[in-house]
Amino acid sequence: MAATRTIRELIAEHPLLADLPAADIDLIAGCGQNVHIATGRHLFHEGEPADTFYLVRSGRVAIEVAPPAGPSLIVSTTGPESLVGWSWLFPPYRWQLDARAVDEVSAIAIDGACLRGKCESDNELGYRLMQRFAQLAVDNLLAARRQLLDLYGDNSG
Amino acid sequence: MVPSRYRVVDRVEELADTVTLAVEPVDEPVAAPGHGQFNMLWAFGVGEVPISVSARSPYLAHTIRADGATTTALCSLTPGDMLGLRGPFGVGWDLDAAAGGDLVVIGGGIGLAPVRSVIRAVIAERDRFGHVSVLIGARSPDSLLYRDELADWRRDGDIEVLVTVDSAPSGWTGDVGVVTTLVDAAGFDPSRTTAMVCGPEIMMRFSALALIGRGVAAERVKVSLERNMVCAVAQCGHCQIGPVFVCREGPVFDWGAARSLLEVRQR
Repeated sequence: MAATRTIRELIAEHPLLADLPAADIDLIAGCGQNVHIATGRHLFHEGEPADTFYLVRSGRVAIEVAPPAGPSLIVSTTGPESLVGWSWLFPPYRWQLDARAVDEVSAIAIDGACLRGKCESDNELGYRLMQRFAQLAVDNLLAARRQLLDLYGDNSG
Repeated sequence: MVPSRYRVVDRVEELADTVTLAVEPVDEPVAAPGHGQFNMLWAFGVGEVPISVSARSPYLAHTIRADGATTTALCSLTPGDMLGLRGPFGVGWDLDAAAGGDLVVIGGGIGLAPVRSVIRAVIAERDRFGHVSVLIGARSPDSLLYRDELADWRRDGDIEVLVTVDSAPSGWTGDVGVVTTLVDAAGFDPSRTTAMVCGPEIMMRFSALALIGRGVAAERVKVSLERNMVCAVAQCGHCQIGPVFVCREGPVFDWGAARSLLEVRQR
């Protein structure tokens, strides 16, 4: 029988957080819980309070934009070992996009308000987390710019 | 270099603007093309364009996107129509050099066509290769080439086929994002991998950098350059980049050689 993994152990293995000091992992783990999201269910909707982010363990998540008219468009998908959700970190703490489970998703859900409070009282933790989220934002911005290039549009074969 | 006449025996409408023409010789046939080589196809009375070979059997096939007068004329041909063909030209993919290790094939947009014959050849000789990943990027689900064939590659070829598009309607269950994201997701061992990349040059540049970033040796990353080829025999200079004639020394190059060439803008 497989041993039950603790939230702390799972967080410590996540690529984004793995190199944090053990004390930081302990603090983050105190704000986390295991969640499972069924295929097709939303993790969050645009405009709702952003009070959580997700460290995806398995499954894929689609990030969607809802245009004023017509069906939603998927602008990116993420998979295992990714992180979903930054809006908990920045005012006004509301989701800017929708996120939906493409497959059944297992993740660690981190309470954003809880972690923000710990960052306020431990600025070094806050700085280290901000470094990681800033890198994530840069990576995503670069990927979004590449998507705008219409990479496949000018090759005649 | 007089073209041979070929007759269209089959026409498959792959996308709204893209067809695959299978042809058989009427005159003396040209030599059998290698994987990644190209032929010059002549639409009579209109013009001639370089088109990569997308299948070698049972008939010679070329997948063509209508984006100019000549390619539009070629795409309008139907079974029984004739075209002129000369070739094969250039240096293609070296499958023998890749055998024994893992293989990653990346095709972006219409760039999937020149690597399709590679994928089919790998499936036919699957035991010669380790892990095989085919990474495909397209603008949208509607612009994916060979959609029906992708399932066959997965099922019959023991091949990892990953697809991503730039955007998709809700309900699409595939990936959305740039093709380079698939490089990190694929299951190959970079220390023993050869990569073959074909697509628009900007996509190839990002893909090559992602492969190298994951640990694939630069000399084992091969890319197929697309240039304006006219004579195809290194005489006219239209495809020339510095001292290199892409039609003769390419279109397939090692990334080490291609990287500097890609910095030269086409005129």
